[in-house]
Amino acid sequence: MLRFTLRNVLARKIRLLLSAIAIVLGVGFLSGSLVFTDTMAKSFDNIIGGSMADAQVRLSGLGETSLGAAVNIDQRTLPASLVPTLASAPGVARADGSVYGQGMFVIKANGKLLGGTGAPTMALNYSDAPNASGEPMLSIAEGREPARTGEVALDRRSAENAGYEVGDTVRMVTAGDQPRVSATLVGYAEFVGGGLAGATMVIFDTRTAQELFLGGKDAYTSIELTAEDGASQRQLVDAVRPLLPDDAEAITGQQQADEFESIVDTVLGYLNTFLLVFAAIALVVGSFLIVNTFSILVAQRSRELAILRALGASRRQMTRSVLAEAVAVGLFGATAGLGLGFGLAAGLRAVFASFGLDLSATSLVFSTRTVVISYAVGVTVTMFAAYLPARRAARVAPVEAMRDGVSVPERSLRRRFVGGTVTAVVGGVLLTSGLMGEGGLGAAQIGLGMFAVLMAIAVMSPAVAVPFLAPLGALYARAFGTTGRLATQNSLRNPGRTAATASALMIGLALVTTISILASSVSASIDAGVDEQFTSDFLISNAIGQSFSPSIADDVRDVDGVGLVAPSQLASLKINGTQLNVDATDARALEQIFDITYTAGSAAVGDREIALTEDRASSLGVEVGDEVVLSFVSGDIPSKVTGIYESTYVVADAVIPFSTLTEAKVQRADTAIAVNAEPGVDKAALAEDLDAATADFPTVTVQNKEDFAAAQRGQVDQLLYLIYALLGLAIVIAALGIVNTLALSIVERTREIGVLRAVGLSRRQLRRMVRLEAIAISLLGAVLGIGAGVLFGVVLQRIVQDQGITDLAVPWESLATFVAVATAVGILAAVLPARRAARLNVLRAISTH
Amino acid sequence: MTSHHDSTRSIAARTVGLTKVYGRGDAEVRALDGVNVDIFAGEFTAVMGPSGSGKSTLVHCMAALDTPTSGTVYLGDTELAHLKDKALTELRRDRIGFVFQAYNLVPTLTAEENILLPLAIAGRKPDPDWYATVIDAVGLGDRLRHRPNEMSGGQQQRVACARALMSRPSIVFADEPTGNLDSTASAEILAFLKRSVRDFGQTVVMVTHDPVAASYTDRVIFLADGKVVDELRAPTSDRVLARMGALHPGPGTGVGHAALHTA
Repeated sequence: MLRFTLRNVLARKIRLLLSAIAIVLGVGFLSGSLVFTDTMAKSFDNIIGGSMADAQVRLSGLGETSLGAAVNIDQRTLPASLVPTLASAPGVARADGSVYGQGMFVIKANGKLLGGTGAPTMALNYSDAPNASGEPMLSIAEGREPARTGEVALDRRSAENAGYEVGDTVRMVTAGDQPRVSATLVGYAEFVGGGLAGATMVIFDTRTAQELFLGGKDAYTSIELTAEDGASQRQLVDAVRPLLPDDAEAITGQQQADEFESIVDTVLGYLNTFLLVFAAIALVVGSFLIVNTFSILVAQRSRELAILRALGASRRQMTRSVLAEAVAVGLFGATAGLGLGFGLAAGLRAVFASFGLDLSATSLVFSTRTVVISYAVGVTVTMFAAYLPARRAARVAPVEAMRDGVSVPERSLRRRFVGGTVTAVVGGVLLTSGLMGEGGLGAAQIGLGMFAVLMAIAVMSPAVAVPFLAPLGALYARAFGTTGRLATQNSLRNPGRTAATASALMIGLALVTTISILASSVSASIDAGVDEQFTSDFLISNAIGQSFSPSIADDVRDVDGVGLVAPSQLASLKINGTQLNVDATDARALEQIFDITYTAGSAAVGDREIALTEDRASSLGVEVGDEVVLSFVSGDIPSKVTGIYESTYVVADAVIPFSTLTEAKVQRADTAIAVNAEPGVDKAALAEDLDAATADFPTVTVQNKEDFAAAQRGQVDQLLYLIYALLGLAIVIAALGIVNTLALSIVERTREIGVLRAVGLSRRQLRRMVRLEAIAISLLGAVLGIGAGVLFGVVLQRIVQDQGITDLAVPWESLATFVAVATAVGILAAVLPARRAARLNVLRAISTH
Repeated sequence: MTSHHDSTRSIAARTVGLTKVYGRGDAEVRALDGVNVDIFAGEFTAVMGPSGSGKSTLVHCMAALDTPTSGTVYLGDTELAHLKDKALTELRRDRIGFVFQAYNLVPTLTAEENILLPLAIAGRKPDPDWYATVIDAVGLGDRLRHRPNEMSGGQQQRVACARALMSRPSIVFADEPTGNLDSTASAEILAFLKRSVRDFGQTVVMVTHDPVAASYTDRVIFLADGKVVDELRAPTSDRVLARMGALHPGPGTGVGHAALHTA
């Protein structure tokens, strides 16, 4: 039987190749994601490994920062006098003080911001402290180290990207009191861990770093410890612990690396999941293609199968023979997919590099795990998809060999209906329970629920196909006469096949539609919210929420025509262990500009006061007059709840006065400044003046209401286009499915096509017939997909309504575009099959059996 | 059955030096080797010969389904060699009818739709009188709404005959139209073809193995090894069998019947 199987695979190279392409694309995406995230992980491992000393003394509480929290710039420091104390502790070979400055950016030679939205900028003091492997973490590759104020070193890649060479004056900005910094580039710094993944390294001499970031104190943000030979990291930590001040802690290099790695793993985990979801979608769509291809191949071979059965082959042998073909296809697809995945990973690396995350220092990581997973997934999916057709092949009765017009038994519509309903109910239950629940499991359930509903639609789609195709057929017959009628009849000949082909497209379009409805609802909600709540004339902020120097607010106040100015600082704190992002501001000034509606109490204006949104207050269970404890890394600050307000776009979960931040030793650095014009001032002219006043700071942008809304929408759109691009893969696979189905049914109908040609159908009419059939399939997919997508979109919007997505917006224009895209997919998919049909030799076609 | 003289009949189709070669070198097969044939309008002509004699190739070339290696085919006054695919397609659609051994109906269409297909493709309306006449002649009145898979072989072949006649082609070619049918169904088809010649003045050319089928025709052309070797007018099955036996230096006289039963 094996030889027979191999012969079959070889004899149907082209057809199986087409279905293998689905696996190639799916596995390619899968392995590409894995290779890319492995490469990223390796890259960060190198960085982490290279930058950890044997042990570190740092300020306490830093290990607990969570993702998604706003960044507080810690003002606490370790006194310089601690360095010699630690150096003389037993087992300590040396101790080096580090100054790590946050909120610094390099301005490129052309005046634009370097990095910005990509990898961070790290400002450090120069030190030759070694890492745990004994190599100095920093070295100067060219030029010399910065020795005095006015000198700086950059990593070579950043210097090149910014357009600076040794000897040039580098401009920088900080979030501190001295916002403008200029220094001469004296050398290129090199990091021992290799590449910096696109991060920018700015190196000053220690004194200058202290001036810029620590307010001139002779102090450090951390102290790196190197062990004497024979002393372990653990011993080192134990030895220095008694010498530390109350707010400091010592940790081993290993612990520090673990902390970083767990953050990196979390972020990469999100990225991996995100990419793998799309790989899974591609594979699901691809499996439709395979089910269909194998079904058609089995149908076409049913006579041959019947002869084999008549010759004594068992049912199991028939099933195994078809499954063995699937394995061959799966192996081939997975192999080619791995190759494609490698290319995709290289492509992804290039895309990320263009966003500033440069991984070129690490070569692509091709792990055994990637290979194993790719083959396992490729072969399993193919076999799984071929299982039903294989079972059906076994059901061909031997007597069929003697008959003309053998047909493989199709699943009855009634059974489909029952199966579909059950699946739909399961999907509905999953969706509902997922939507009721919270957190990661909820999202997974929603995904599974949507998947089940889509499968239910796919199973039941043959029942929909007939009522849909009949009116379309009438339309076709009207517009295209006999050609149109023939095309409709062809698509109705096997509604199961037409529907299965359309279902692949349906899945892609359903997801695209869901996403587009959610995105346009988000945009509409932003517009409505901004329109209602954005009552300031201008907002000065950083595009990605980075903080900037409070001196900018002072510059703005000095601009002629400026009336009210209300700066605010986004900060993070915890109440009862719950992470909150809060706005620190002068509430009196802020509320002269924005309408904040208090449902109870009033603004937090005095020291140790706080106002909260309704949602937060109720989830924390606090009321006006209660005292809550605000936890910062530096310690706890009790505050009184003075007011509870309605959720709004313009302020965060809670509002606190600036004085709380000062008390918590968080550095003042604004994240937004609301600005109103004085009455009667020309706002356009004022906007220009504000631009001029902030021209030195490419970190901030001046926006009016329209700019602000557009920028917010722009972020939504960016994500939307990214998701469209990723879902495009599913659409491409669906198009391949249409190509495959058409090509196979043309093979099946060779004789009929010969007859049509013999009785006078022209090549053009024949091509049109194939094209119309393809369009019928893709329109069926579009109708099912967009229908399902609208359903999902509306339901999901309803659910997230109270999370700020208040407005439902159905993007009709986009939906019309999707229909047009589906039609185009049909037309394109028909090109090759139509050409092939038109080229058939009439006589040979007629004599085909 | 009256005898005809070449000079009194107009010619519906004609081949001059028609040659068709398949393959090359050692594998070369001359299916047709300089065939000159005149097909007279309003006659029922049979083309006979042993397997591989080239009879199907001759009909395929004349029906514009195959292209000759050399020589020319005239349909009326039209020389086919000069025509491009589009013109050939229209010629097949409007001036040629074809009946296949394997019926070759379009399975998705009803009997009626199949019959009207060539006209529908051309975008023409059928002549209701002619339609009624043809339907009546093939005796399909109650089966018109059925699809091919709901009909017997004889019924399908009658639909195929009606389809061939619907556009009133100048010539109908039938390639072993009774090859798949039992004797009763065969007799019906042959009677219909004969009637279409006698009553409607249709020109019909039929390839057959079967001396009984040939006996329905006005004239039999015998082919062997790609050449016309004999011709018989007013054939009877015995005379046809005798001529066939002469072409076949094989054992005995039962060639025709053997072919009939193994087809």
